[in-house]
Amino acid sequence: MLKLEAVNAGYGRAQVLRDVSFEAQAGEITCLLGRNGAGKTTTMKAIMGVLPLMSGAVRLGKTVLSDLPAHVVPRHGVGYVPQGRRLFGDLTVGQNLEVGRFSQCESESTLEEILQLFPRLRERYAQRANTLSGGEQQMLAMGRALSLRPSVVLLDEPTEGLQPSMIAAIRDVTETLRDQGVAVVLVEQRVEAILALADRAALLENGRMRGVVSGEALRDDPTILARHLGV
Amino acid sequence: MTADLRKIIGLHGAVLVILFAAQFFLPAYHHGNLARIMVLATYAMGYNLLFGYTGLLSLGHALFFAAGLYGMGLGMTQFGLGAGAAVVLGVVAGAGIGALIGALALRTEGVAFMIVTLMFAQAGYLIILYFGSYTRGDEGFVIQQADRLVAGLDLSDPTVRYFAALSIFYAAFVVLMWVLRSRFGHVLIAIRENEERAMMLGYDVQRYKWGAVVLSAGVSALAGAAYGVLFGYVGASFASVQYSIFPLLWVLLGGAGTMLGPLVGTIFMFYLIDLSSGVTTAYMLIAGIVLVCLTLFAPQGLMGELRNRFWRWLP
Repeated sequence: MLKLEAVNAGYGRAQVLRDVSFEAQAGEITCLLGRNGAGKTTTMKAIMGVLPLMSGAVRLGKTVLSDLPAHVVPRHGVGYVPQGRRLFGDLTVGQNLEVGRFSQCESESTLEEILQLFPRLRERYAQRANTLSGGEQQMLAMGRALSLRPSVVLLDEPTEGLQPSMIAAIRDVTETLRDQGVAVVLVEQRVEAILALADRAALLENGRMRGVVSGEALRDDPTILARHLGV
Repeated sequence: MTADLRKIIGLHGAVLVILFAAQFFLPAYHHGNLARIMVLATYAMGYNLLFGYTGLLSLGHALFFAAGLYGMGLGMTQFGLGAGAAVVLGVVAGAGIGALIGALALRTEGVAFMIVTLMFAQAGYLIILYFGSYTRGDEGFVIQQADRLVAGLDLSDPTVRYFAALSIFYAAFVVLMWVLRSRFGHVLIAIRENEERAMMLGYDVQRYKWGAVVLSAGVSALAGAAYGVLFGYVGASFASVQYSIFPLLWVLLGGAGTMLGPLVGTIFMFYLIDLSSGVTTAYMLIAGIVLVCLTLFAPQGLMGELRNRFWRWLP
């Protein structure tokens, strides 16, 4: 499905990612683990094409995403929910979802599915995004990314700063996406969420890969998390 | 129809009705002022599309206003066009120059975009002076009253002129309102809020920004062409940097990113200078103090503050 091959990337001359390679399979949740500054968000941006690669490739099936302009990458079915949500605050919930729906085909059914997934968004439909609570904003950020009907979803710390009930709701949706066959790439710092959700985990340290482990291996040996998250 | 939409239609409809009705009871002096203000507010609305809604700060919009003004004026004096066709030529000239400048200037962003647009506008100003044999340089030229006719109506007649200014303001207002409520408009707002996010949703943001420059330039040129044909004068001062700063001031004072902000800002600034110049010759000092106070106490502009405090639904 989504495959990173020896990706080298960074900001200007400062290289952050060095030979990063891993795969995310359809119907699985792949956690990207690493301490602060390990290069997790940089990896997400490299996949989305907003950060040009120095070398290596990002592939989705037979398509080489890293050869495409950044605005074309989402059209191949890659949705990104950034850290800190970053909504379009002056637009309403409905308008945010509409803008997210780049491809106008099957738009109404997609919208209905999203509103079923996040009933709270239906209640807040005509409200401006900057008046929503943190949890609702996160739901909208996810809903907006799902408007593209992506086959791959990148979630960057989706539960950061949320209350427990919202965390549970976001986790439920993440599992629903996996069950629907979406390849989910999840950056998460909360240990219990990683242990509950991860089908596999790619371990990043200072921009380098330190291996890929299965979800079972993580659950069997908690010291892996301690070593890579510093918890 | 939602409650918010009813309020939006109610408020904006009321403003448009007041502008229509004002011609029947305003004294002659203010009647003429309001006609002028409506044309300048159209210019400010064009500017607001780019600055207030798309988040691009141009310092070179005088070029587009002047393109409309000179496109219209030279169309009449050099090609013998009628007033209506000359205005169309002015708009096409403004939008065309907008397309070209947009394609070049949008390779930059932020401060560089401001500087590049300013430089293009200065180049335009110098070109007008350089080709003085056609443009009459600094002096400018007058459009004769006999030429200012559309469908037999004399545009120099105050009543006709007011109605023409009102029609142009209405047309620009309705078109821009429609654009901003469309998907295209929502994408422009998305770009203003977070350009990278808009790109990561699949939008070619450069193309959308270019579209906004062309539309903004076209509306500004419409205002320029209308100004020339309604008030009978085409001059290089309208291409100077001052006329690039004016729409920025009007929009900031009225409220960037609000539909009524440009009109409110233009009225406010026009009458601030008009009234203070009646009190003292140092009227710019009074204007300056009022502007500083507004910036301190209403940084979002008049309509922006109203939106923040009372009318959250204001578009």
